[in-house]
Amino acid sequence: MKNDVAISIKDLKKSFDGGKEFILKGIDLEIPKGSLTAIIGFSGTGKSVMLKHLLGLFKPTAGNINILGTDISKLGEDELTKFRCNFGVLFQSAALFDDMTVLENVCFPLLEHRRDLKMDQVLSRAEEKLQQVGLDPKHFHKLPSQISGGMQKRTGLARALALDPEILIYDEPTTGLDPILTEMVDNLILSTHKLREGTTSIMVSHDLAAAFRIADHIAMLDSGRVLLFGTPEDFFNTDIELVKRFVNKGMKHQ
Amino acid sequence: MSAFIPEFFLKFIHGIGAFVLGLVRGMVVETGRIVIFFTESLRLIFAKPSRFSEIIRHMEFIGNQSVLIICLTAFFTGLALSIQIYLGFKMFNAVNMVGPVVALGITRELGPVLTGLIVAARAGGAMAARLGTMRVNEQIDALDVMGVNTKQYLISPRLVAAVICMPLLVAVFDFVAMMGTWLLCVKLVQLDEAIFWQKIADLIEVKHINEGLFKGAVFGIYFAVMCTYRGFNTTGGAKGVGDATNQGVVQSMVGIIILDYFATNLIRIFYSIMGIS
Repeated sequence: MKNDVAISIKDLKKSFDGGKEFILKGIDLEIPKGSLTAIIGFSGTGKSVMLKHLLGLFKPTAGNINILGTDISKLGEDELTKFRCNFGVLFQSAALFDDMTVLENVCFPLLEHRRDLKMDQVLSRAEEKLQQVGLDPKHFHKLPSQISGGMQKRTGLARALALDPEILIYDEPTTGLDPILTEMVDNLILSTHKLREGTTSIMVSHDLAAAFRIADHIAMLDSGRVLLFGTPEDFFNTDIELVKRFVNKGMKHQ
Repeated sequence: MSAFIPEFFLKFIHGIGAFVLGLVRGMVVETGRIVIFFTESLRLIFAKPSRFSEIIRHMEFIGNQSVLIICLTAFFTGLALSIQIYLGFKMFNAVNMVGPVVALGITRELGPVLTGLIVAARAGGAMAARLGTMRVNEQIDALDVMGVNTKQYLISPRLVAAVICMPLLVAVFDFVAMMGTWLLCVKLVQLDEAIFWQKIADLIEVKHINEGLFKGAVFGIYFAVMCTYRGFNTTGGAKGVGDATNQGVVQSMVGIIILDYFATNLIRIFYSIMGIS
């Protein structure tokens, strides 16, 4: 694996029924270190399944996934659990723990993995992350159910950033949000990426306009394979008919 | 021979055979998964980091918050059982034996079984619903990707809390049920209090109480495993959470009744091996 590559996926295949039908049919992808890569594609093309492989939540049927120099398909459950500290994930629903306050949610990964820190250091770090994503301190002691969807996303991002991960993953971060909130989340992703030089960001999205606006690399999946991987310019200049149709329809729709 | 058997009948028999085989195979696979889930959670109790504060939190929920409902049930169970036995024994002039007979029934059977059923419905249902909701809301996935061992964080503390709390709750049940019995026998039907307590002291041994406490611990492990397994493996949104809770509670309650029979026999065998009469 080259030094400038954060994630290398080789011939990744996945079947849930013992090989009768493959959801992923041989994905080859190299995501550069420090890039903001968007993964786009029609529904049911395997984006979420691929993402779960990156996070080690699914084991590949065939092929391998090399992340930061480690072949994660060969790791055992305990090693994988430790390895996941390299990731920060913002889920579609933010996935905040509903019995913890906003501040406790952000403190949680620090309390789990940074046992060397004292409680006041944990609190100040968590507050710093929450301020970094632009959350007003008056909301720190509220439960997730007491804040808006946008604030939940900010809290989710602050929690993802808590351990200063090398790879940030955004799983459909703007699905179901209104246009203003969508723009706010897009800007948040872009500003976070710029602020954290060297961090590799991956965004799975249906929002083509956002993908073209903020990503420096885009991978389009179709029928369990990578149809095209390149810069936004590559997508506008491609001759692949399906990509052209997807991009034109997507941009018009936006 | 087959020439004399109509083809539709052969197909019917084949269909029944395939259905039964599928059912048995499904049960074996599911039991295997539950056993793996249980043994892994058991192993993780001793893994680092320590989840002591989580165990205390779940003990407060399973134990402390169940005390009131256990007391209420136990008191009226003691009263109802005593009055039935009193009416029966009166026909044989054996009313002085009401106390020890109720005490035997309560400590060995009714105490652990009723406590198991009540706590499985209350705390077990809540466990399955909570874990199911966490699963469908991606909170368990969030824990996974944060590098937290989800079974160690979510399951093992609940198992430990259930196995510690259940014998304590059974002890509370036994005590309060005997208070109900005392109230009925001594205060309402005016039996001699000294004889009432003396007969209980003569016939009830520590092993009878221990038997109930042991059963309580077994039922605690059982309902905690069933309910957490169902909740942890929930799929399919709100309906999935409802189904998981329903399955967890029903399987726990039916299982406790079945398990009670086997636990009773196991204890008899243990006592006979150890030479305890």
